[in-house]
Amino acid sequence: MRGQGIVSLHNPWFTASVGITAVIAIVAIIAGFAWLPLEQQGARFQGVWDAICSAAGLVRNPPSAAQIVGADYPTTRVEIIPQILEGASAESIGRGATLALRCTMCHGARGMSQADSPNLAGQSPLTIYKQLNDFKTGARTSAVMVPLVADLGDADMRDLAAYYAYLPRLADHYSNTDPRPRIVANGAPMRGIAPCGACHGDLDSKAGAGWLRGQPAVYLRAQLEAFATGARRNDIGEQMRNVARQMTAAEIDAATEFYANR
Amino acid sequence: MRNSRRLVLAHLWFAFAGFGVALLLGEWQMLVRSPLHAWISDPEWYYRSVTAHGTTMAYVFPTLVAMGFGYFVTEAALKRPMIGLRWAWLGFALVALGTFTAIVPVALGLASVLYTFYPPLIGNPFYYIGVVLVVVGSWVWVALMSVNLYRWKRDNPGAPVPFAMFATVAGSYLWGWTAVGAALELLFQIIPVALGLSDTIDAGLARVFFSWTLHAIVYFWLMPTYIAYYTIVPRAIGGRLFSDSMGRIAFILFLIVAMPIGIHHAFEDPQVGAGFKYLHSVFTAFVALPTLLTVFTICASVEIAGRLRGGKGVLGWLTALPWRNPVMLGAALSFVMLGFGGAGGLINQSYQLDATIHNTQWITGHFHLIFGGAIVIMYFVIAYDIWPHLTGRALDSFGLMRAQLWTWFVGMIVLTFPWHWVGILGMPRRMAFYDYADPAIAAQAPWVTMSVFGGAILVLSGVLFLIVLARGQTTLRTEPEAYRFSVAVHPPRSLPAALNGFGLWLGLMVGLTIVNYGFPIVHLLATPGTAVPAINIGTR
Repeated sequence: MRGQGIVSLHNPWFTASVGITAVIAIVAIIAGFAWLPLEQQGARFQGVWDAICSAAGLVRNPPSAAQIVGADYPTTRVEIIPQILEGASAESIGRGATLALRCTMCHGARGMSQADSPNLAGQSPLTIYKQLNDFKTGARTSAVMVPLVADLGDADMRDLAAYYAYLPRLADHYSNTDPRPRIVANGAPMRGIAPCGACHGDLDSKAGAGWLRGQPAVYLRAQLEAFATGARRNDIGEQMRNVARQMTAAEIDAATEFYANR
Repeated sequence: MRNSRRLVLAHLWFAFAGFGVALLLGEWQMLVRSPLHAWISDPEWYYRSVTAHGTTMAYVFPTLVAMGFGYFVTEAALKRPMIGLRWAWLGFALVALGTFTAIVPVALGLASVLYTFYPPLIGNPFYYIGVVLVVVGSWVWVALMSVNLYRWKRDNPGAPVPFAMFATVAGSYLWGWTAVGAALELLFQIIPVALGLSDTIDAGLARVFFSWTLHAIVYFWLMPTYIAYYTIVPRAIGGRLFSDSMGRIAFILFLIVAMPIGIHHAFEDPQVGAGFKYLHSVFTAFVALPTLLTVFTICASVEIAGRLRGGKGVLGWLTALPWRNPVMLGAALSFVMLGFGGAGGLINQSYQLDATIHNTQWITGHFHLIFGGAIVIMYFVIAYDIWPHLTGRALDSFGLMRAQLWTWFVGMIVLTFPWHWVGILGMPRRMAFYDYADPAIAAQAPWVTMSVFGGAILVLSGVLFLIVLARGQTTLRTEPEAYRFSVAVHPPRSLPAALNGFGLWLGLMVGLTIVNYGFPIVHLLATPGTAVPAINIGTR
């Protein structure tokens, strides 16, 4: 029964169903791809074909008048992908340990600082790699760090990242029972502040965001203030500058104390 | 009927057991993000629960109900043993295996990606493999429905296919084709990344593939409900189906226009051109047509029953209806929820109005009202109606059944109406925490609290449902008479080939899919530089 004479212009079911469907589709296509786009105010199409291409979703060249405005300061050149530093070799860690000898003055012999500099032991390798890169390219400034990274190549920075990531975190020895302050656990959604813990550890961690547990309070506070004033600006999407600008003094206290005490 | 009793019961028990667990998870989610509960401090638990709730309620529960009911209809409507019983058990085993394969990594927190996958988020590969197994198991059912129809038609040349079977096969074809989108996304995009074969994924293309599945899957969920409207309700209340042909046309229309409209789920996505969004919006409007046909036909059928029972006048037939009959009550409550849900759907379908409620709690309210409300309440009705034919024991707790249906209705209204409202107020969805202490959203707190109570009523209703079925195990064993479907006012003696088969309609379904999806998919495949880095769940 099926298929016998169904696809035939003599079958009214076939002609009616296909015809009605086709008419609906054609009218909708004409309206959606030509008529409505051309009715838009200020769409600046150069003709019907341009409007059709736009409605079809084709990538078009921007109007020549539109200039892409870059930042007037150096921005980070590191593209963060979770996988870029995966699988460091033992040789890489060993080379990093040798290179790290020059870092011990501030960051400690085994990556634990006595000088309110960041503790690097167990830090995520992406964070270390990105910060070293940013110091080298000028995206992040520091009178101490910039001269020290000047002669580091890309492989050196990867080795250093691998070495420090390999060292055990001191913070892992701390208990995990302190109540989290609101800014760490919840953020402040109405001010656009995500919970600190959602990226920087304690709740979750995101690629490229530093692991903050056990970092010196002085350092954490200084960085938040630097982000808030714009003195530090190597967060290319301004995510940390926007957060730090919106944080109250009490929230900065709570976050720094919470992370420093762990 | 003996042939497939155990098979159908296995499907339905598994479905309702999963439903019971997922229902509790849903209420827990309502509670912990409401003002009644302190913040749980770890959003991961919330998303883990949402993933388990969504995966069970969207993939496992309705698929098993559709499969089980489909096997039941095959034997009851064709009046002969089902062909391929072993294959059907294999399909069931695949669905069961897939369910456990998927849910274990979710329970371990390795796949908190929500049931809609959301690439570039990538979870444990076993989660996706489990979902694929569920789909493959359901495709066994699709094939069996087709084989049974084909063999019956071969043995009964020229005879009209019983309407219940025609509608069931339409539903199975709709699912077979619409599941292809998510299957392509899983097999060619997500699973390779989850297995570590690739670091990047074209998230935009993945969303287009998922939209292929995402809208028509709702109509697949809806199919058992609509089949029950047409083939159970008029019979159960002592009436006649107003028009057999109208019913067939409604299911045919679902087959054609339910699928190539999914891009209305991606109205705010940048990777699809505005022209295609408009095209999908237009066809989404047409999907109201089979529902309007159904509302008309079923209301007319019910009116016939009312008048046969002595109802007179313009509205007198309404009071003559058997309102104490759970099937009548369930269908009426389902229609009310379908009406409200459908009205809300008109907002979602509009390219412009959608922007006002996109990604707000309105959407969550909408699909809970349609699926959890209008559709699932009829799953209960189906279970009540066919259970005695499966177990050989009467279900006689009619008071409990009415209480269960009423509590489900009231609970769903109390749950979803405030949800819609806070959505209009701008409350975003898929968030684990809301700071109700903030004055800007403090006004939403009472509405969210109200929803929690709606959810609690639904849990109560779910418990009542299981009690009704459990009590049915204690009644005396009887041999029920042969199962009957509704009879039309004018039962078809012969039908035009178009209303007795699917060749033409499947052709139109595939053709319209190519018109509406072909270019966006080919364009995204051909455009370089559209892949983004995958973000693995739990990457430290």
